[in-house]
Amino acid sequence: MKRKLDIAPFVSSIVAILCGLIIGFIILLISNNKEAVPGFATILSGPVAHGMKGIGQVFYYATPLILCGLSVGFAFKTGLFNIGGSGQFLMGAFGGVLVGLTMDNLGPMQWVVALLFATLLGALWGAIPGILKAYFNVNEVITCIMLNYIALFWVNMTVKGSDVLFNTLRNESKDIPKVSTIPKLGLDVIFDGSSVNSGIIIAIVAAIVLYIVLEKTTFGYELKACGFNKVASKYAGINENRSIVMSMLIAGAICGLAGGIMLLSGTGRHIEVKDVIPNEGFNGISVALLGISNPIGIIFSGLFIAYLTAGGFYLQLFHFSKEIIDIIIAVIIYFSAFALIIKMLMSKFSKKPPERELIAAQKALHDVEMKDKKEKEV
Amino acid sequence: MQILYFLIQQTLLFMIPLLITALGGMFSERSGVVNIALEGIMVMGAFTSILFLNFTQGFMSGNVQLLIAIVIAIVTGMFFSLFHAIAAVNLKADQTISGTALNMFAPAFAIFVARIIQGVQQINFNNTFRIVEVPVLSKIPVIGEMLFKNSYITTYIGFLVLILSALVLYKTRFGLRLRACGENPQAANAAGISVEKMQYAGVLISGALAGLGGLVFVVPTSTNFNATVSGYGFLAVAVLIFGQWKPKYILFAAFFFGFMKALSNSYASIPFLFELNIQSYIYKMVPYIATILVLIFTSKNSSAPKASGIPFDPMQR
Repeated sequence: MKRKLDIAPFVSSIVAILCGLIIGFIILLISNNKEAVPGFATILSGPVAHGMKGIGQVFYYATPLILCGLSVGFAFKTGLFNIGGSGQFLMGAFGGVLVGLTMDNLGPMQWVVALLFATLLGALWGAIPGILKAYFNVNEVITCIMLNYIALFWVNMTVKGSDVLFNTLRNESKDIPKVSTIPKLGLDVIFDGSSVNSGIIIAIVAAIVLYIVLEKTTFGYELKACGFNKVASKYAGINENRSIVMSMLIAGAICGLAGGIMLLSGTGRHIEVKDVIPNEGFNGISVALLGISNPIGIIFSGLFIAYLTAGGFYLQLFHFSKEIIDIIIAVIIYFSAFALIIKMLMSKFSKKPPERELIAAQKALHDVEMKDKKEKEV
Repeated sequence: MQILYFLIQQTLLFMIPLLITALGGMFSERSGVVNIALEGIMVMGAFTSILFLNFTQGFMSGNVQLLIAIVIAIVTGMFFSLFHAIAAVNLKADQTISGTALNMFAPAFAIFVARIIQGVQQINFNNTFRIVEVPVLSKIPVIGEMLFKNSYITTYIGFLVLILSALVLYKTRFGLRLRACGENPQAANAAGISVEKMQYAGVLISGALAGLGGLVFVVPTSTNFNATVSGYGFLAVAVLIFGQWKPKYILFAAFFFGFMKALSNSYASIPFLFELNIQSYIYKMVPYIATILVLIFTSKNSSAPKASGIPFDPMQR
């Protein structure tokens, strides 16, 4: 049977993006009407206007966005909300720093081992809410929020307590030696002056692998089935507890990988010993929502948000602070929560008579019920 | 004894904002709407009210100024939570996603506007609100020392909110209807209750209290506002769950969380704790670990509102 391409989620993403941009523009207009137009033009054109360097920065910003987006999106597919990406990211960052600073006998394999260890720690941190959800029926959203803070305090405590890891002067983790940074693969030559590295290639490969897992394997099918209907998939013989744990474990692993990549990219990123949770995991939620949880869609939504972020950086030339980008992204997420409404509106206008009739019938039924109720009240 | 008094006073400072905000979250969740936007609402409430303190600090001071700021914080919180109500109640949107959006919006908005108004994102204010001694009451032995010396008016407002919340939730018709909507909205609807109105009320009350919580968090512990409430909104969600969605347990949970926070801040000045040599990070971690443990042990017969987080659909009756 031929599958029809469902465009409703795509349209709802576009509508959300337009709403976000329009509201962002209105806020710029209210705050400074003279510079609003050039400022807004900078958001839209900024990175491209700065040539290869600007585009390279977009790829650099996109790396953690795509990976964390993949993580959140993958969990979404199994019906789970991974709001713990930041904690998993932090655990990965710690794993990366630990191997990157201590195991210098590994030679050229050091960054590979560091990334693997980062992934492992992230997976571990992601598996905890999965296990609690599967075997103790604890809401994963709450566990994830708690684990974000536990990771934050644990990593800070461990980094601060270690002479090998801690840079006392700057209150952050020490610089990663050049030998253990991720190779640039010539990307720094193409995009001269930017911070891009092979992390973006790892992110895109991860997206493709996840797409294949979700769409072409039995395992992926089981995960999605659990997301659609837990009870039905249990009836069909799928081990739904295992699916929940595996889904969160993989989601955590990807965020951990993102943390490792960011800390080992040699661009001055450190684990800062502050009581502040990194933003990457939360940003992943917006990327996943915009990319409608489809791994390939997430590549594009990650690039789009990275493009806005880079544009926001250049916006500072116009006396606007770059937080306007966060405002725009927040509005985009807010409107993408309305996907259901947009879908309903579209199905009203689309040419699918049976569905339309069904809705009409349900509505009529509801009206009759309401009328009955009113009569009873009278 | 002096150490104990000091610890209790410290605990109160951290506990009251948690108590107020968690009680707010309780109203929302018991009406059937999950509100993880508490963090963002706290930021917005603190932002506008501290901005007011900053603007008026030349010609106003003391508790009159603070009381006006409290009203501003409440109104701001209600207005901001309206967006969550529209998304959750009218548009049947995913409540966690809408809450996440508000959480992201608030600090960005606070920084953006503060920069436009005054160039820097940090808003300073003069703290003229400390009550050295409440007359008469501070003479009561033990309690007077703990509650009525070096206190803030916000502490008493916090306890007032607790009592009122318990009364409204359990002793009024409104409270009963609100709880009905959180447990079985279809049945409540069938009984003639407007679920939409009740959920609006729940979310708006949570907004009012969370906005107030934001101000109450910043005022006693700082002299500036830097577009953050340090994760207290999320901590309040933990308090709410730890407190099993019931006012009296929420009080206990808020006290426990506040006490741990006070310990992490001041354990170095308490001789026998200092000798134990436990790092402050451990004290900071304990509330979060405890919440997870409580969740594990209570999940079998959880007292979470049954319909919390599920958009109300009258057709599902």
